[in-house]
Amino acid sequence: MTNLVEVNNLKAWIGEQQILKGISLSVQHNDVLAIIGPSGCGKSTFIRCLNRLHEEIIGARVEGEVKILNENIYGSTVDPVRVRRQIGMVFQKPNPFPSLSIYDNVAIGLKLAGIRRKSALDEVVERSLKQAALWDEVKDKLRMPGTSLSGGQQQRLCIARALAVNPPILLMDEPTSALDPISKAKIETLLQDLKRYVTIIMVTHNMQQASRVSSKTAFFLLGELIEFGPTEQIFTQPKAKLTEDYITGRFG
Amino acid sequence: MKKKDKDFSDKIFYWILKILGYGTMVLLAALVVVLLKVSFPIFEKFGLKFFILNDWNPVTRVFGALPFIYGTVVTSLLAIVIAVPVSIGIALFVTEIANSKIKKILSFLVEMLAAIPSVVYGLWGLFVLVPWLRNSVEPFLGKYLGFIPLFYGAPYGVGVLAAGIILAIMIVPTVSSICREIFYSVPNLFREGALALGATHWEMMKLAVVKSSVSGIFGASILGLGRALGETMAVTMVIGNRPQISPSLFSPAQTLASLIANEYNEASNSSHLAALTAMGLVLLMVSLAVNTFAKIIQKRFQMRTGVGK
Ligand SMILES: Nc1ncnc2c1ncn2[C@@H]1O[C@H](COP(=O)(O)OP(=O)(O)O)[C@@H](O)[C@H]1O
Ligand SMILES: [Mg+2]
Repeated sequence: MTNLVEVNNLKAWIGEQQILKGISLSVQHNDVLAIIGPSGCGKSTFIRCLNRLHEEIIGARVEGEVKILNENIYGSTVDPVRVRRQIGMVFQKPNPFPSLSIYDNVAIGLKLAGIRRKSALDEVVERSLKQAALWDEVKDKLRMPGTSLSGGQQQRLCIARALAVNPPILLMDEPTSALDPISKAKIETLLQDLKRYVTIIMVTHNMQQASRVSSKTAFFLLGELIEFGPTEQIFTQPKAKLTEDYITGRFG
Repeated sequence: MKKKDKDFSDKIFYWILKILGYGTMVLLAALVVVLLKVSFPIFEKFGLKFFILNDWNPVTRVFGALPFIYGTVVTSLLAIVIAVPVSIGIALFVTEIANSKIKKILSFLVEMLAAIPSVVYGLWGLFVLVPWLRNSVEPFLGKYLGFIPLFYGAPYGVGVLAAGIILAIMIVPTVSSICREIFYSVPNLFREGALALGATHWEMMKLAVVKSSVSGIFGASILGLGRALGETMAVTMVIGNRPQISPSLFSPAQTLASLIANEYNEASNSSHLAALTAMGLVLLMVSLAVNTFAKIIQKRFQMRTGVGK
């Protein structure tokens, strides 16, 4: 089976500070990879390296290789805009564009890709909102601003926005950490559905979430990958002492 | 300090603020009353025709405000049309593109523009801008775009175009520094959201920065417009001071403020003085109307976007 994502010896810096110290792992189609670890250990930086967003920070630098569908996205001829267009990303805080309606927030990815045909957009907006379990709540007010929704709805809107271009990979950076428990639960249920058609790489702070949703888990500590394997194994028989300490809540 | 003393000083402070607050309102009201009183004979004589009469002749004592209202509005709008895009460009460059050294230098230079006295702008306009417009820009525009009424007519140099450009330069510091602050206040979350969707840097600036700031940019423009409407000295020096209504940007014109500045000293009779005062009143009303309109529109935008409050 070929790898969808293959990361080889990935290192990342901001200024003088080295944040990732040589990460290697691979993800297959329809995996859900959970990335866990204490704050500041480089989880966000890692997933931001997977769509070349990290380099947008002033002073940021990346070394190593990230292959997506066998293409090294850090190859010298690769355009980061094209990479990002193919990978969905959901952030920690919901960030629908305040100037755009619910409809336009979902359609914006396609519009950026040059698709303007109304029927095509209509179809994608409906499909994506359904996938994000938001359609029933917003179908009568698609022209309202995206920011008029509640926090949990806004986050699902962002999921719909990311899904609209049909990305093979969805990156999520603690997508539920800014939400109330009910919205959190809704999004977790949603993830169970999503994993049928998109490979998810998700940072999470929440051990239960990781064990409930993911098929693989990677444990980061101080910029290093301490342990990586099937979620069940990591949570029941961790190989590294540090992983066990972290999972049982002895630090972090 | 004992609690009692503190209560007492609180009270005094409260009253000082209250007096200052109400004082402003009283001052504005008093201003309007005085202007109304002095200009009353004019309204008595011409009534509302004063606003639509296209004639100004202190000798025959015919006074109409229309050409001056026209000149004021057109030069100020032209200034906004030029200054707003330039200011947005400068603000985007400073917040999104420039490195920190260039950022500082550019911000400093733009702020210096605001410190230049109006009369110096006027001199520069008269000796540099006007000849350039007369000899190069206006003949060129006339040759290629002369079929549009805006660019039709003899290249005088002095006129609406010169006044509009001078005003634009004068309001760029205000408008661009407000835009800059607004752009800084746009959360990075929106920029990263746009980039992650595969927006280029230009698309990101448009989508995440400018579009989220529409109501703020509008507010900045109105502030600039307010300044342009009342600007006197520099405009007086380059507008040609001829009360006429012409669609051409090349033709001389006159504004309310430049009229007052020009004729106040030589007001020959009491009705001339009354007419000039009436002009002041009109200028005040135009400014208040613009600001009120702006506030209403801005409220509308805010309700739509929820940003730029
Ligand atoms: N924009 C930034 N500028 C400077 N340092 C940063 C920035 N973002 C993250 N860092 C630093 O990088 C390290 C890793 O951060 P991050 O990847 O966000 O960790 P995590 O997501 O695991 O909490 C931290 O030490 C943090 O201070
Ligand atoms: Mg993080």
